[in-house]
Amino acid sequence: MKKQNIISLLAAIVVVISGSFVVAQQNSGSQPLRDVPIDEINIIDEVQKQDTTSRFGRNYRQQPPLVPHSIAQYQIDLNANQCLACHDWTNAGDRNAPTLSMTHYLGREGEQLDQVAGTRWFCNQCHVPQANAPVLVDNDFTPSN
Amino acid sequence: MSDQDNNTGKKPGFLRRLWAVVRSPTSAWSLGTLLIGGFVAGILFWGSFHWALELTNTEKFCISCHSMERNFVEYQDTVHYNNHSGVRATCPDCHVPKEWQHKIKAKIMASKDVYHHLVGTINTEEKYQEYRLHMASLSWKKMKQSDSRECRNCHKFEYMDFTIQENRAAAQHQAAIDEGKTCIDCHQGIAHRLPEGYLDEYRKVVDDLAANGDIPLGNGSSVASAKSELQEHLSSN
Repeated sequence: MKKQNIISLLAAIVVVISGSFVVAQQNSGSQPLRDVPIDEINIIDEVQKQDTTSRFGRNYRQQPPLVPHSIAQYQIDLNANQCLACHDWTNAGDRNAPTLSMTHYLGREGEQLDQVAGTRWFCNQCHVPQANAPVLVDNDFTPSN
Repeated sequence: MSDQDNNTGKKPGFLRRLWAVVRSPTSAWSLGTLLIGGFVAGILFWGSFHWALELTNTEKFCISCHSMERNFVEYQDTVHYNNHSGVRATCPDCHVPKEWQHKIKAKIMASKDVYHHLVGTINTEEKYQEYRLHMASLSWKKMKQSDSRECRNCHKFEYMDFTIQENRAAAQHQAAIDEGKTCIDCHQGIAHRLPEGYLDEYRKVVDDLAANGDIPLGNGSSVASAKSELQEHLSSN
């Protein structure tokens, strides 16, 4: 009976210590994605809607043109690129779409290709939907002249 | 015939006896019983047949096979599943025709899927990807052949207000009407992911159909021909 009491006392101590350790860990280091306390309303930034009314001009000569139409759910992956269904040189005429710049048909070594270069495959790495949105990240970019 | 059989003393076969029963006039049943009973039995038969058919026309039924789970998951990302208005299409809305004769044909054709499910044609991710282009081309062929009939159960040019579409979409849709194009000519891969070389395969499907003369004239083809005729007439004067 006495032995049992000692064991349960030891077990209780272990539980209390480890429990407080876990609480301490939760209170200290971790960074929640949510910035405000759990009992307050988390107000998100305004959703920036794409402007599809007309084309935005370029801000500097080498800016990749912005996308003036919705590209939601366009598939651009290893298997297929739906942008090319209209903008590839083979289709642009039929679909009344601007053709890709011919620089996009140059291979790594500057050789001419019939298909869009692999390095240019993922359109939305440079061409993004146009929106009059505040900049997400400040930068001090100046265009080359 | 049964008389002859009786003459030879042999008992006629089951089918012959059944035929004799069907042929002979009723003696015990009144005409009213037969008519009303037949009517009620007909309703019960047709009702249960239709009920069972419609049961196979639900999304729950479609995805009850493992082979359908893969495409259902990728479908959930698309606009026909998840969108601003909350209206959605289920598998049979696009893949099973509404008209009875086409529906029965589709249902009979679909029974081959049971075989492929049992054999395990697409039971792994690799096999699925390998067959994706083939499966997609079968659907494209059906849609091109039927002038995108299943799309048009919901989407009709007649009720499209081009003024509230995006400018480019409106221009393209007008061009599609004028040139007699059909939905699937541009909208491939709207509900399922596209495989490599999809556009070449689609064009091949269309070329094959055209070579066999299996492409119906689009709704707008009369407009297109009238337009070219008019232009010819104007240019000749």
